[in-house]
Amino acid sequence: MSLLDVSELTVRSADGRALVSGVSFTMEPGARLGLIGESGSGKSLTALAIMGLVPAGMTVSGSAVLDAPGLVRAEVVGATERRLNGLRGRAATVVFQEPLTALDPLMRVGRQLAEYLRRVRGLRGAALRKAVITALEEVRLTDPRRIAKAFPHEVSGGQRQRVAIAMALACEPALLIADEPTTALDVTVQAEVLALLDGLVSARGMALLFISHDLAVVSAVTDHVLVLKDGVAVESGRVLDIVNTPRHPYTRDLVGSARRLDSALDWSQR
Amino acid sequence: MTHANPAGPSDTADPGGAPHSGGAAPAGRRRRSATLVTGCVLAGTIVAVAVISLFWVPFSPEDTSGGRLAPPGPPHLLGTDKLGRDLLTQLMIGARVALTAGLGSVALGGLLGVVAGLLAGFATRWLDDTISALLDILIAFPTLLLAMLVVAAREASLGSAILAIGLAMSAIVARLTRVLVKRVLAQDFITASRTSGTSWPRVVAEHVLPNIWPTLLVNLALQLGLAVLAEASLSYLGLGAPPPNASWGRMLQEAQATVLTAPLGAIAPGVLLVVLVVGVNLVADGLRDVADPTRRRTR
Repeated sequence: MSLLDVSELTVRSADGRALVSGVSFTMEPGARLGLIGESGSGKSLTALAIMGLVPAGMTVSGSAVLDAPGLVRAEVVGATERRLNGLRGRAATVVFQEPLTALDPLMRVGRQLAEYLRRVRGLRGAALRKAVITALEEVRLTDPRRIAKAFPHEVSGGQRQRVAIAMALACEPALLIADEPTTALDVTVQAEVLALLDGLVSARGMALLFISHDLAVVSAVTDHVLVLKDGVAVESGRVLDIVNTPRHPYTRDLVGSARRLDSALDWSQR
Repeated sequence: MTHANPAGPSDTADPGGAPHSGGAAPAGRRRRSATLVTGCVLAGTIVAVAVISLFWVPFSPEDTSGGRLAPPGPPHLLGTDKLGRDLLTQLMIGARVALTAGLGSVALGGLLGVVAGLLAGFATRWLDDTISALLDILIAFPTLLLAMLVVAAREASLGSAILAIGLAMSAIVARLTRVLVKRVLAQDFITASRTSGTSWPRVVAEHVLPNIWPTLLVNLALQLGLAVLAEASLSYLGLGAPPPNASWGRMLQEAQATVLTAPLGAIAPGVLLVVLVVGVNLVADGLRDVADPTRRRTR
């Protein structure tokens, strides 16, 4: 049985344009899949459709079945809000691109994290406070006590994204969807956060759906990729195969530009 | 733009740095808390007077034994009006009436407005359109005309004034709330919270209300000042609380004819009105900074 079975998933805007058309893929428990494409290719919308959270006015058809251990196998498309709320968090959750806007600006970081820990693990009082600190330590934040007391705008971008990852992990999801989690970060911080995400996903045996426009970043954390262009899945397969023998012209462009950047870097080092 | 930052070293937003603690409080912050303190003192004086008037006033409001237009001096500290009533007594009761009208209409207008605004904020399509259209009509309707309608339907009383002012205010508060809710709902952290399975009621309680609250609170405080002025205007026109409930607005109107012979009768209620409204507005301004942690720290 698959953890996530997406078939013929289609998202239409209010005026009937297909933003995602007929995307299909499956993910086994613990699997890693990269979803790659330029902005506007429907990557994020695919993720939101899997969570049953497409913006008001858009319509979703096709099927996305989540079958997480310990939860009832459920079809997301067309499910009721109550049903979806049971799935969100436990079956799958999302780490967003811009951590500054993904955290409530008026709530201290520790309290936001505590909200999830309380709901998922049923912790209260001192045990909850301790769990918040532990969760912040787990994403390798130094000085977790200060960060727990800080507002989101008082910590750096990299620290914020670590907090956002800690919040996603607090839900103990079977599938973690990372929607361009490193795009808004400095390159050096990017590598650290990527390594952290990689390690935590392995340690917890979670499945990872990694969304990015950057082939190099995707190939660092996933073994399979699905290439989206204008809402259509144009190519899929193992990262190595795609990089070595891209079939679709768009994939060739992607690989080509990544190689050009690489060789430029090599040349500048000489 | 040549001189250096007067607030001291590195007072800009500090990604990753420690939050500012008390030590180097920027000058701007001190100035703003001065605003709050001044406002509290001004408005607090009027509140104190109103509270005292509940227990003690120098004379009975209906006592006309002082003689017409007596000059200031014992036993009538501020003199008497043209009917021989003690001016200080009238002013004290007027403070009570002004505050009751202001707080009453803010309570009514705030409650109605926030509820309607939340509804419209969450609503999509027809419900949102209907509420918005109703609000626009209500806002376009002159407050004075609305007040006259309410007074005609009921009678001229403090309650009628509060009802009229509160209704007019609710439309403004509702429209503000609606926009604030829509803006918060469009933000990523709402989606982020929902991807983790937070239910709608929790999203409203934990994220929506706290995020609209600072702006709403400041607006309600400003509305309080406006409501006090509106009540004075209604009383001036004879649409407010009838005698013996002294209202500053009516005192102004009554003193109008004798402003040259007994100027204090017109000046005193006017000054108190200004003190209260300015005080309330300063409090509103000060609250803006206290209620919003992003403003509190980064400036």
